[in-house]
Amino acid sequence: MSIQLSVEGLSKIYQTGEGVRDISIEVAKGELVTLLGPSGCGKTTVLRSVGGFVDPSEGIIRIGDRDVTNVVPEKRPSAMVFQSYNLWPHMTVYDNLAFSLKLKKKKKSFITERVDWALNLVHLTGSEKKYPSELSGGQQQRIALARALLLEPEVLLLDEPFSALDAKLRHELREELREIQAEQNLTMLFVTHDQEEALSISDRIVVMNRGKIEQVAQPYEIYHKPASLFVAQFIGRMNFIKGYAQPDGIRIDQLIFPNERGLIGEVAVGIRPEDVKLSEGKPSIEAKVAKIMMLGHYVEVTLHTIFGQLKMFIDKNEINTVELGRIVHVTLTRIQSFQDSNENYLERNEAYATI
Amino acid sequence: MWFIKLIGKLKFTGFVCFFIFVIFFFGPLLNLLLLAFSGEWQYPDRLPSEWSLTWWTFVLQNDAIISSIWLSFLIATIVTLISLLICIPAAYAFARIQFPLRRFFLFSFLLTNAFPKMGLYVSIAVLFYQLNLMNTFVGIVLIHLINTLMYMTWIPSAAFENVHRSQEESARDVGASPLKVFWHITLPMAKPGIIVASVFTFLSSLNEAEGTFLVGIPDYRTMPVIMYSIIADYPSTAGSVFSVILTLPTILLLVAARKFVGAESFANGFKLK
Repeated sequence: MSIQLSVEGLSKIYQTGEGVRDISIEVAKGELVTLLGPSGCGKTTVLRSVGGFVDPSEGIIRIGDRDVTNVVPEKRPSAMVFQSYNLWPHMTVYDNLAFSLKLKKKKKSFITERVDWALNLVHLTGSEKKYPSELSGGQQQRIALARALLLEPEVLLLDEPFSALDAKLRHELREELREIQAEQNLTMLFVTHDQEEALSISDRIVVMNRGKIEQVAQPYEIYHKPASLFVAQFIGRMNFIKGYAQPDGIRIDQLIFPNERGLIGEVAVGIRPEDVKLSEGKPSIEAKVAKIMMLGHYVEVTLHTIFGQLKMFIDKNEINTVELGRIVHVTLTRIQSFQDSNENYLERNEAYATI
Repeated sequence: MWFIKLIGKLKFTGFVCFFIFVIFFFGPLLNLLLLAFSGEWQYPDRLPSEWSLTWWTFVLQNDAIISSIWLSFLIATIVTLISLLICIPAAYAFARIQFPLRRFFLFSFLLTNAFPKMGLYVSIAVLFYQLNLMNTFVGIVLIHLINTLMYMTWIPSAAFENVHRSQEESARDVGASPLKVFWHITLPMAKPGIIVASVFTFLSSLNEAEGTFLVGIPDYRTMPVIMYSIIADYPSTAGSVFSVILTLPTILLLVAARKFVGAESFANGFKLK
């Protein structure tokens, strides 16, 4: 696969001292890469640099074979969909879509044909004469997407395009976007702070924190093997408890796990709630059932153990195997361990408890 | 009382307030209109005892008055165009660029209204004598501009601020240069605010009397200036005929622009940001 977008050593430091440092990303043709991170992590800065709306202090941006670092936005082969206020309210949907083609002085019959094509792609055929104010939020974002697609961009940039919509619509549009992306073989850079959104639509995810990249990997790997404590904490649900690392393994109470990373001393151990299992045999952890919550296809059980609170997901059909206030035995089928200072670990543990 | 019970106390109070407002608002206008068409109207009578168009013919056949009307409209048009040229870029700068003392400069446009106008004009007149601008067309236009800068900067500036940055950026993104973005996106979106400001500017120039009087006399006599002398020299009927003529363009313009002259557009213009 050829590289369609490459960002090399991108830095942009604002006067406040915030910004991004030394970001390098490569996106292959037809790939959907997501920049994921909490607000203020710099993901939008990276995206806007690629679009040409931010002048990077350092670094090179290439689209296709071309160095576009110093190219103005209107000359870049990229198209951008913003979070909101994409459309021009004084123009009809048709005029909004036709604007770029009119600037290129295309023939009217050609423009009509292309606008039809774009509207069909986003399932809004027949809305040419409407004004943006007559459309719902989701429809407006679809028109914005159609307008971006009309540019036939080499890279499509999306800046949290669905975050202002309600949950159901967000899901729908996500799926539609993925379909269009596959159909048109689009190369996309997608920015979001919603880890669920990132996991569900991306080919690869770039997790960012405080202006730096924490991990770049496929969604499965990000979830399964988070590279840092931050990623572990940010992606999905995770229990954090204290463990002790020795050369022969990581000890949690009576349980011993392989010490793959060769850590030493006190470590933060992360356990996905689905990796906590009820167990009869030894060794196991004794726990008291403190809360049972039915959440649809699974049940969330809160357990109190000697090293703190543990959340456990069990299948909805097993709801009768746990009873409030009873003592159960659990085992951990899989753990992640991270070397971290005691302080940080405690802070994060608390942060988790409030979720 | 039975009708208070019928419509409710609150509604009744509202009705009374509205009635008082209508009297205060339309009463003088009605009186003016009656006076303009009256031939004879003595004190105890409620209505004129005799109707006549005498003063209308007097006003409309007087060359000095007719030419003053043309002069007024010419000046108002030129003043509006010049303030558009000066203020639209300024308004855009105030809306988009963060520069030091931005609020102070924006606020300074109000300062001309903070002093007694005549005092301001007299000191300007001193300056105008040195620059040979007294009794010139340019001098009058400059005096009018002092009053109109505020409308033309504040209202369009608020209108520009209501255009979101991402709306401009997406236009850049689809291939428009900054100038084309301004022409095709920003300016049309701010158009209602600019129209409102232009109407105010036009009307304020049309009705400006003090400064014009000071700077333009004796050669340049606009409608309001002529009106002063007519009120002083002729019966009040002539003055009211003239007032009606002066009010007419105001009403016509406001009706024509009422689509844009929403309370919102006006209020937006005077938000301190």
